[in-house]
Amino acid sequence: MSWTETLRTGLSAVRAHGLRSTLTVLGILIGIAAVILTVGLGLGTQKDVSAQISALGSNLLIVTPGSSTDTSGMRGGFGSSATLTRADAAALTSEVTAPDVAAVAAEKTSSLSVETSSTNWTTSVVGTSAAWTDVRGRELASGAFFTADDDAAGAAVVVLGSQTATELFGTTDAVGQVVTIEDLTFTVVGVLTEEGADAASDLDDLAVIPLSTMADQVVGGTDRNSVSTIYLQAESTDQLSAANQEAETLLLNLHSISSVDDADFSINSQDSLVSTATAVYRTLTVLLTGIAGLSLLVGGIGVMNIMLVSVTERTREIGLRKALGAPPWAIRRQFLVEATVLGLAGGVLGAGLGIVAARVLPDLLDTSIVVSGVAVAGSIAIAMAIGLVFGVYPATRAARLAPIDALRSE
Amino acid sequence: MAEALSFDTGTDTDTGTDTRSAPRPAGRHGADPVIDLHGAGKTYRTGTLEYEALRGIDLQIHEGEYVAIMGPSGSGKSTLMNIIGCLDTLTAGEYHLSGDDVSELDEVELAQIRNRRIGFVFQQFNLLASLPAWRNVELPLMYGRVPMHERKQRAIEALERVGLGDRLANRPGELSGGQQQRVAVARALVGEPSLILADEPTGNLDSTSTTDVLGLFDELHAQGRTLVLITHELEVAQRARRIVWVRDGRIHTDEVNGR
Repeated sequence: MSWTETLRTGLSAVRAHGLRSTLTVLGILIGIAAVILTVGLGLGTQKDVSAQISALGSNLLIVTPGSSTDTSGMRGGFGSSATLTRADAAALTSEVTAPDVAAVAAEKTSSLSVETSSTNWTTSVVGTSAAWTDVRGRELASGAFFTADDDAAGAAVVVLGSQTATELFGTTDAVGQVVTIEDLTFTVVGVLTEEGADAASDLDDLAVIPLSTMADQVVGGTDRNSVSTIYLQAESTDQLSAANQEAETLLLNLHSISSVDDADFSINSQDSLVSTATAVYRTLTVLLTGIAGLSLLVGGIGVMNIMLVSVTERTREIGLRKALGAPPWAIRRQFLVEATVLGLAGGVLGAGLGIVAARVLPDLLDTSIVVSGVAVAGSIAIAMAIGLVFGVYPATRAARLAPIDALRSE
Repeated sequence: MAEALSFDTGTDTDTGTDTRSAPRPAGRHGADPVIDLHGAGKTYRTGTLEYEALRGIDLQIHEGEYVAIMGPSGSGKSTLMNIIGCLDTLTAGEYHLSGDDVSELDEVELAQIRNRRIGFVFQQFNLLASLPAWRNVELPLMYGRVPMHERKQRAIEALERVGLGDRLANRPGELSGGQQQRVAVARALVGEPSLILADEPTGNLDSTSTTDVLGLFDELHAQGRTLVLITHELEVAQRARRIVWVRDGRIHTDEVNGR
């Protein structure tokens, strides 16, 4: 009996019990679709996070206030304290103490209401320096970014994100218009280009003003000198670690801290942010995939169950085949092929369902799902293997039936 | 043993009385018998219980014979049929099938012997309901590794031989009992076995179909086939040329059927 014939016999046996086979296949199908979706969701989230981090700019070091992350995990208060100041940012621009730092942009961010004569819009108002466009890799769609002179003078000028401009004026063509932030009147000098759909939404919804204006006139008070983040740009990727070292030494000196372990700030590169986020999502993905995998195990037990029923039901057929000269291995192969066909059908249909769901779900859930070829091929192979493994016991039982007993059974 | 003696006469007289049988190759008695049982014994053991189903059977059946094995239930005739059909092995004695010792073959070798040497016809027909007639008939060839195109050809020829040339594609459910048993006979014939072994072949048939199938056996006998029929119906056994009575695991009588 050749393989093609064994396969044909197996297929016709599966077809002969349509409902039963369908239910068995359904068990595997759901498991496989769940695995493909969880893996896809994990990969999609990783991709989103990486995209958001790389959208910050290139060759960046990000200095944030608060305690640094240590080996035992994250310490509370990350980024919440106000330990970074405008003076720190100014010091980092020094060619002498930080030669590998090419550009510095401190950000002082606050969520504020931006008003026009007819409407208002709450957005994140970012006070920063003129180097911001270079550091963050942003460009202007119209007008010009404010200059270092504007920053020094505390000029009341603002550059709007494309979404903010649209919300306030109904168009991105807003240069020359006037807005009010915290009772201060600002002139719109430029509008930023859109960052695109891939990036985090707030990249297009912001109002950028000079840092000095933000500190002295908008925020004021005791909090005026603190900044929320300092972005440092290295000349090139090669100089990132040197820049990191310099910035750390400089800031430790400025803050009069002797040990790195006690630092009241942390410096992260984009790479380290990406790898931290990726590690977190990978762990989650593995966990969820494991749970989805359990349903595959249940599906496999379903296959075994159905195959045992099939062996019992077809005892006479097995007896007859043996009487006609089928050796035990031919009987075993027949039932193994049947179980594998069930597993494979579940795998292929489950992969199909997973792929379709991966197309439909992102629109409904607002997340990305990345279906990888490896995951699809892998889960089909796993489904097949499950059919095979859970078919071994029933097939062996069938092969061991004595032909006389099998023939005599009713 | 008395049985052994009555036996030799049985085989010899077969030729003498059987005027309808087809001419056999000369020197048949010099050739190995198709079935040759010597002191065949079978003991079943269940725990400490022992049951002797066969207690020393000597039996020779030669090529071209038409033999009925009869006996009441519990006589051991089913066990004898299993042994002859290589479905079970002896616990004592020897069994030669067409000259080959099959007493000590393993499961795989027995499967091969069944496939090549024996054509089975069962009381329950035992056709696979999902397969058309010709696919049922080709099953033994499939396990005998005969190439696919040749199989279909031979299956069709076998079905034509039993008069079902126009029912090739019908499934068993679409055939009458008699026709189903004819399909089963075609399946037994298709591998050109040295022996056709029928276990109560008419047990599930009405009288018309019984006549029909027995007529077919007569034809096969006329063509020189070796037929062994296990039955408890005297009417059926009467069609054979030799009747072997089994009782209590021994051969009780073995005589030529005068008809």
